[in-house]
Amino acid sequence: MAFGPYLLLATLEGLVTAAVLSLMALGLSLVFGVMRVVNVAHGEFYMLGAVLAWWFSSLIGGHPAVGFMLALVLSPLVVAAIAFVAERLVLSRLKYEPEATIVATIGLLYIIQQLALTFYGPEARPVEAPFTYRISLPWFGYSAYKLAVIGFSILMMLATWFVLTRTKIGLVMRATQFDREMAQAFGIPVGRVYAGVFALGAGLAAVAAVLIVPIQQAHYLMGHDPLLLSFIVVIIGGLGSLRGTVVAAVLIGLSDGIISMFFSPTLAKMLATLIVALVLVFRPQGLFGTAAR
Amino acid sequence: MAAVTPLLVTAGLSRAFGGLRAVDQVDFALPEGETHAIIGPNGAGKTTFVSLICGRVAPSSGSVVFDGREISRMPAHRRVRLGIAYTFQITSVFANLTAFDNVALAVQRRLIDDHARGLSARALTEHGMDALTKVGLAGHAGKIAGTMSYGHQRLLEVAMGLALKPRLLILDEPTQGLSDGEIENFIGLVRQIGAEATVLLIEHNMDVVMALAERITVMEQGRILAQGAPAEIRANKAVQQAYLGG
Amino acid sequence: MTRLTPSAKGIALHVGVVLALLALNFLLPEYHRGVFARVLVLAVFAMGYNLAFGYTGLLSLGHAMFFAAGLYGAGLTIYHLEWSVWPAFAAGLAAGAGLALVVGFLALRTTGVAFMIVTLMFAQVFYLTTLYFTTYTRGEEGLVLPQAARVLGFPGGTLNLSDPSTRYLVALALFTLVLGVILFVVRAPFGRSLIAIRENDERMRMLGYNVFANKLASVVLSGIVCAASGAAYAVLFGYVGSGFAAIQYSILPLLWVLVGGAATTLGPLIGTLFMFYVIDTASSYTTAHLLVVGLVLIGVILFFPKGIAGTVRERWLPWLP
Repeated sequence: MAFGPYLLLATLEGLVTAAVLSLMALGLSLVFGVMRVVNVAHGEFYMLGAVLAWWFSSLIGGHPAVGFMLALVLSPLVVAAIAFVAERLVLSRLKYEPEATIVATIGLLYIIQQLALTFYGPEARPVEAPFTYRISLPWFGYSAYKLAVIGFSILMMLATWFVLTRTKIGLVMRATQFDREMAQAFGIPVGRVYAGVFALGAGLAAVAAVLIVPIQQAHYLMGHDPLLLSFIVVIIGGLGSLRGTVVAAVLIGLSDGIISMFFSPTLAKMLATLIVALVLVFRPQGLFGTAAR
Repeated sequence: MAAVTPLLVTAGLSRAFGGLRAVDQVDFALPEGETHAIIGPNGAGKTTFVSLICGRVAPSSGSVVFDGREISRMPAHRRVRLGIAYTFQITSVFANLTAFDNVALAVQRRLIDDHARGLSARALTEHGMDALTKVGLAGHAGKIAGTMSYGHQRLLEVAMGLALKPRLLILDEPTQGLSDGEIENFIGLVRQIGAEATVLLIEHNMDVVMALAERITVMEQGRILAQGAPAEIRANKAVQQAYLGG
Repeated sequence: MTRLTPSAKGIALHVGVVLALLALNFLLPEYHRGVFARVLVLAVFAMGYNLAFGYTGLLSLGHAMFFAAGLYGAGLTIYHLEWSVWPAFAAGLAAGAGLALVVGFLALRTTGVAFMIVTLMFAQVFYLTTLYFTTYTRGEEGLVLPQAARVLGFPGGTLNLSDPSTRYLVALALFTLVLGVILFVVRAPFGRSLIAIRENDERMRMLGYNVFANKLASVVLSGIVCAASGAAYAVLFGYVGSGFAAIQYSILPLLWVLVGGAATTLGPLIGTLFMFYVIDTASSYTTAHLLVVGLVLIGVILFFPKGIAGTVRERWLPWLP
């Protein structure tokens, strides 16, 4: 294959990564933006979403699209419910103290991971794509499903944006983010808003996971790398900024796709992680954020 | 008295936050030994101005000269070692440590620099208790700072400043939240301190200002509106309009 | 409540603990003596972590890199350059110190959550580096150091570090040395400054302290102690692998310190020992030991935030250092 088509393929693959990554990072960013806590277990919610997607889709026979649709609806709901309960039982009792929350979500990470290993097992299992149509380009064929993933992610991002900026729920969330005590004084049930945001964040990770399982298989350790990538996206995009998150996800997704085609993946990860760490050191407000103080 | 070089001089000192000029081209001189009060309405830039002097905030432009040295780019901790001590507007003691340990931290830092005497447990106790005695807290040395009354925490805050043996002590609204009786004691305390050190005082309570200040600076919107002896300030029409409310 | 004044009782307690550990070498059955030797070495890791996290208030999620720097510094020089144990151990310490200096210098420009993420990322880079140079490190599979190389030379003779009793005593010697150093440091003006910086760093700055330099010194000392633990692990147990640089080994010392009691001198030992036996006991009923780690983490942070030694100090023994 010539260089041009090769680059096109890398770009398409990068866009798929970016699409899934932006959904997942958006969840992390929402939780950080509104609650001011870092959810280290975010990657496990993603993994849980994938594992549940396999389980739901294997429940019923028939056309793979039926099982997939079932998973796409139910898996995020179940994950969100689990996150809601975890928030009420643990995080709310820690008063959202940042460091205690980090420790607690690390605990949550281990618990979810272990439960997945025990009940789902160490195998990697695929979910069949809802359709297998391949678009033939002049140089290579490309999975239509992957393009659909990109499209669906964009729809989800738009929906989230709409909810955040144009609805009462979004207003309540932004009020809580802006000034927690003031929101409380105005009768906003801050505790429930936090639990809702935490559940929504986990749910978004699960949606991302359901979209990815027809491409990558479900595995109990699959949450680790996306968690780090989401951290990177959220940091580069500026903590709590929706637009920055999307831009950064595209940037990271594309460069991940392209770099890993030309370099060893380990070296690519090494350099990317190092660069992001240095960005955080020297530009803590992110590349697109404005100075906080 | 006029012939001596002032201890502290600022020239064209400015600081902007975004578009807001919190401190705007302030020229200010403070002779050694003076007790000087800065007054002005809320948001006049008083705290920002003293923060520029002690280094908590970096200036946008202008200079700060302390004892003949240009210090406007010097980090805060080094200015403290030159002899500029700042007591916080919002009480900022180490709540989990005893009153003595709070003061001891200040003494320890000074003794590390004092090569002639050096840091010893005895010197630490002696100087620490000395500072506590000055503010009248010697009897509370073993108390956990967080459990002390608000008035005592304010005094502890001052004791930490004193323990640094500063040449310039900056007190940021020290009497805020104190009872009348406590304020009475406090005036006496600052008089004592003023006998040894130069004192720069931000204060809202005009009785305290009039009782203590040898000279007064009135700030408004980041600038100096008027400056002079208490009687002059009291007589100043502009000040009356802007601040004293006529 | 934190006391800064020294006490004779504290010293006596620590001497007692060390003597008891010495006696255990002759009393413990073989299996438990092996566990204890490992715990002693890893407790040193926890003590190093405690210096940064407990005393200075720096929540790092990257201390595995300092442990692994010591581990690889000693292991690689022994394996590839055939250095003897003393210089290899020194190389481990130097690697830890150098890494801590660079990482501290960069990471300390951030605070709080950003500090945690930055340390996590630097550690991840270190971990990936050990995988990338798999020709030399053999990655996850790791290197086994030859027994012949694990011999500690003295002017009067040699000590065979693969012998269980020698291994236990050498581990105890390192533990005792580090415990002494930590006990000294936290009572010294430097240690008092660190605690005060943890409590209120802005106030410390306005008392004339160079907060950044103090924090950096704390990170470097912490890094050296963790590297000492890693280097000792390499020479005592003869295995060096990437697994020790992974994120898990950054979280374990946090767990040990939290369980034992942050900012207490004996907490790291108590926490490490406790968690080793909790997991050991749990393993005989279930293979799900990660579940235990997770539940203990959440349980401690919810109901027992001061840890074992911290709670004992709060309720009964206020003089406990």
